[in-house]
Amino acid sequence: MASDDRRANLQPLSLYVPEPKFRPGDAVDFTSVRLPAAGETRRPDTADKAETFIDLAYELVRVLDEDNQAVGPWNPRLSPDTMRSLLRSMALVRAFDERMFRAQRQGKTSFYMKCTGEEAVAVSAAFALDYEDMCFPSYRQQGLLIARGWSLVDMMNQIYSNKGDRLQGKQLPIMYSVREAGFFSISGNLATQYPQAVGWAMASAAKGDTRISATWCGEGSTAEGDFHSACTFASVYRAPVIFNVVNNQWAISSFSGFAGAESTTFAARAVGYGIAGLRVDGNDALAVYAATAWAAERARTNQGPTLIEHFTYRAEGHSTSDDPGQYRSEGEPNAWPLGDPIKRLKDHLIAIGEWDEERHAAQDKELAEDVKRAQKEAEQNGILGHGLHQPLDTLFDGVFEELPWHLKEQQAQMLAEETASGRPWAHKS
Amino acid sequence: MNMIQAINSAMDVMMARDPDVIVMGEDVGYFGGVFRATAGLQAKYGKQRVFDTPITECGIIGVAVGMGAYGLRPVPEIQFADYIYPALDQLVSEAARLRYRSAGEFIAPMTVRSPFGGGIFGGQTHSQSPEGIFTHVSGVKTVIPSTPYDAKGLLIAAIEDNDPTIFFEPKRIYNGPFDGYWDKPAQNWSKHPAGEVPTGYYKIELGKAKVVRAGEALTVLAYGTMVHVAQAVIADAGIDAEIIDLRTLVPLDIEAIEASVKKTGRCMIIHEATRTSGFGAELSALVQERCFYHLEAPIERVTGFDTPYPHSLEWAYFPGPVRIGEALKKVMKD
Repeated sequence: MASDDRRANLQPLSLYVPEPKFRPGDAVDFTSVRLPAAGETRRPDTADKAETFIDLAYELVRVLDEDNQAVGPWNPRLSPDTMRSLLRSMALVRAFDERMFRAQRQGKTSFYMKCTGEEAVAVSAAFALDYEDMCFPSYRQQGLLIARGWSLVDMMNQIYSNKGDRLQGKQLPIMYSVREAGFFSISGNLATQYPQAVGWAMASAAKGDTRISATWCGEGSTAEGDFHSACTFASVYRAPVIFNVVNNQWAISSFSGFAGAESTTFAARAVGYGIAGLRVDGNDALAVYAATAWAAERARTNQGPTLIEHFTYRAEGHSTSDDPGQYRSEGEPNAWPLGDPIKRLKDHLIAIGEWDEERHAAQDKELAEDVKRAQKEAEQNGILGHGLHQPLDTLFDGVFEELPWHLKEQQAQMLAEETASGRPWAHKS
Repeated sequence: MNMIQAINSAMDVMMARDPDVIVMGEDVGYFGGVFRATAGLQAKYGKQRVFDTPITECGIIGVAVGMGAYGLRPVPEIQFADYIYPALDQLVSEAARLRYRSAGEFIAPMTVRSPFGGGIFGGQTHSQSPEGIFTHVSGVKTVIPSTPYDAKGLLIAAIEDNDPTIFFEPKRIYNGPFDGYWDKPAQNWSKHPAGEVPTGYYKIELGKAKVVRAGEALTVLAYGTMVHVAQAVIADAGIDAEIIDLRTLVPLDIEAIEASVKKTGRCMIIHEATRTSGFGAELSALVQERCFYHLEAPIERVTGFDTPYPHSLEWAYFPGPVRIGEALKKVMKD
């Protein structure tokens, strides 16, 4: 290409393309992952200016140490009851995931996404926020709904797209929407919820309300333009919003390097926007709680937004349609140096004499039974493709507030097709 | 009032009536908008309700979706329709789908105002007519006024409507009607009957077209600036055409269209937007399906050419009197 002789002596450029450290078959060694010790990272006042704690964007807020003790300035000093409740919620999320993953493999639903290993990210946040605060989640924060005590049957109805589905079978499984529980409608389009959460927070502020909003996306989605728009808006208007970036190292098959992780942290994105940034051990339920409570206090006192990077690991496949064995080493999940969030909180409770293995095993069994019972109840309303879906004509509901003529015509056409088919497609009530 | 004043008045009326109406966009606050459409609103209603935004269309619309979810009724402005594309994901994937995907739990009662259309030497990125992109999206309404009176009444109706509405304002006729004869002196709304605009509240129902000239020989379907161009050309040609200003593209007033074409037996569709897959194609298909046995001639589409909007050759591109005149001859042939 460069036919110009004047350039002949210059060194050719080369394009750098990131590559994860380990591929299938490789031995895993995470010793290069820099992990500040628990209790080491300082805790500033929530009213301090964002520019005064830039260092926190590169550190790691950790509470639970190697000896299963809660240490340091970020220790939220939760009561044993609250911690047991946190543990129970996380375990319930995992039991729910296990059951629904299996339901997908049994053909009862088309699709599912687990959050294994990331339970603390959503559950602890739900504990630290007020119930009235609005959450704008991505698809991997089912823990918010479960921690807020939402009905498992209702969630399963949505997964099964059955006649009990509050979303009328309109949405892909797990794209929940539960306004009553402060859980905003999930979209398939990544990061779109980010500016929306800012808009909700701005509205709350403009109205003199006291509620705040929180939003979540994966580290991969931070590359979307909406992330930048949201950070800019939040910074400009000091919106009472918490941005959560769940850095689970993987965006389907792409490692976090493709979102920029080789050069900096995701919490450090906050620095350039003048937003408070925290980097948190996402597998430490107490650290996630403490960081969220800190950010919530900051937002509630009109000090503006906070961006929290939750440093964690996506322990399983991206979805039921994914096979991580094709692109990463099998050894990664077990070698992950921050361990498992449920085990770590459990070990802490045991270490302080507030829990034991027997109670834990009994709880796991009880939760599995709860989930199974909920599943049976949900399946009474039907599973995917078994005819127990919403009435056929609901297909047109909600495009607009009222049906315009062209949708009425198409609805009539569809019902005529049902008649022409000779077999009823809908179980009409 | 001219159209800008009418639009300003609509927002003023709605902000006074409903404390949940807020106005935001690039330069809309202190400055009052690059076209002055929001002039005076910030001084009257305060910075919490009328404010400037960063230059990020995806952010403006995304934030408006969140405000709508909270319970506000945002009226975001996109400075030029040519710059609405960065917001397409938020409009198409979010605002338009929110009610449907949440089965009514959340709605997006927003009105996106945006100046559109050519005829002002705006070149490629200040002249586009992207209405066809939005009429193709289920869940949004698309409204285009052609007079100050209609602009105010339709904008008030759009702001009150609980569905997301794209409100395209033909900037060529902000100050006066434009009949397509670009070499003649510009006109002013003060001499036009539709420049008479009540200062208070009134609305024009969305989804209703207006017959701006009753006739028997031919049905002309147009909206925005092209309504005035059509009127002038028809008057010059001395043809007894029925001219329908659609005003709302979605939902469309199909009854008015059908009744007219069944009466006249001929149909001409005029829009500034490029031809292929433009809204005229939808109109043509609907007329063909519903009025086939009444048609005495093929349906004519008079549109912009399938090119980006040019600068120096604007009047060769614009579907003006000559192009409409030639099409008239064709559609009126026996």
